[in-house]
Amino acid sequence: MASPNILLSTPNPHKLPSTVAREDEHLLVAAAKKGDMAAFEELVSRYERKIFRLTMNITNNREDAEDAMQDAFLKSYSHLKSFQGDSRFYTWLVRIAANEALMRLRKRRPNQISLDEPIKGEEEDLMPREIQDWGPGPDQRFAQTEMREILSQVIEQIEPEYRMVFVLRDIEELSTEDTASALGLSVPAVKSRLLRARLKLRQKLDRYFKQGGAN
Amino acid sequence: MNCDEVIRELSNFIDGELDAATKHEIESHFTGCHECKLVVDQTKMTIKVFCNSEPVELPSDLRNRLHEGLRRKLGEARQ
Repeated sequence: MASPNILLSTPNPHKLPSTVAREDEHLLVAAAKKGDMAAFEELVSRYERKIFRLTMNITNNREDAEDAMQDAFLKSYSHLKSFQGDSRFYTWLVRIAANEALMRLRKRRPNQISLDEPIKGEEEDLMPREIQDWGPGPDQRFAQTEMREILSQVIEQIEPEYRMVFVLRDIEELSTEDTASALGLSVPAVKSRLLRARLKLRQKLDRYFKQGGAN
Repeated sequence: MNCDEVIRELSNFIDGELDAATKHEIESHFTGCHECKLVVDQTKMTIKVFCNSEPVELPSDLRNRLHEGLRRKLGEARQ
């Protein structure tokens, strides 16, 4: 089957609003299911940056992130026929990539990554200490590349158990239920870890965003 | 509601998952507690900066490796 070229020729789909990108996703998936490699490569091109960001955020290791990304795309192609289309292809792909990244993280840190056990100290006092005003538009004080560097540094400082939930829920914008399903956690566990992840990241950003902070 | 209870509901408040009465209780707490309001606003900002951060372009060598690897392995799988 020929590729839906009229759709593939859209210039730089990364810059399109997500709703526009979503409209033709199912056509590309349908073509790829029938063996159209060009359609599948278009899906890869469309999502490779986001999937690499995801695998980097989870593994914190360039080599593992590359391998996880490649294997995620390979697995998504080989299992494409089982994709029923009841969720977005991208959501399905994120779940595969998150699993690939988590497997590599566990290999590097055996006995340290436990998503399915209660985390010690979940009943601790959550109220942050020494709350300082960030002033207006703290994010505007940094250039885009500088901000990327800051975010990369702070997210790698929080424990994987929290980081994975934050990455899937807040960065990849999966629903709480999809995040729970992808990580094999209950919905209450996702909510609990998301709250702690958000508070930990807020605390880490405080150093940069507080008025007169590191700059 | 005290500060600890507000912070425990912070995610649900930000995600709009609270019933109207609890939401109102938290908003009332903010009028007398500047610190809790700051924590909520700063947590919203934290989520926003991560959400708004555009992923970087893949380095061309990585992109080439990915696409060549996929073509090779998918080609092998189809033979």
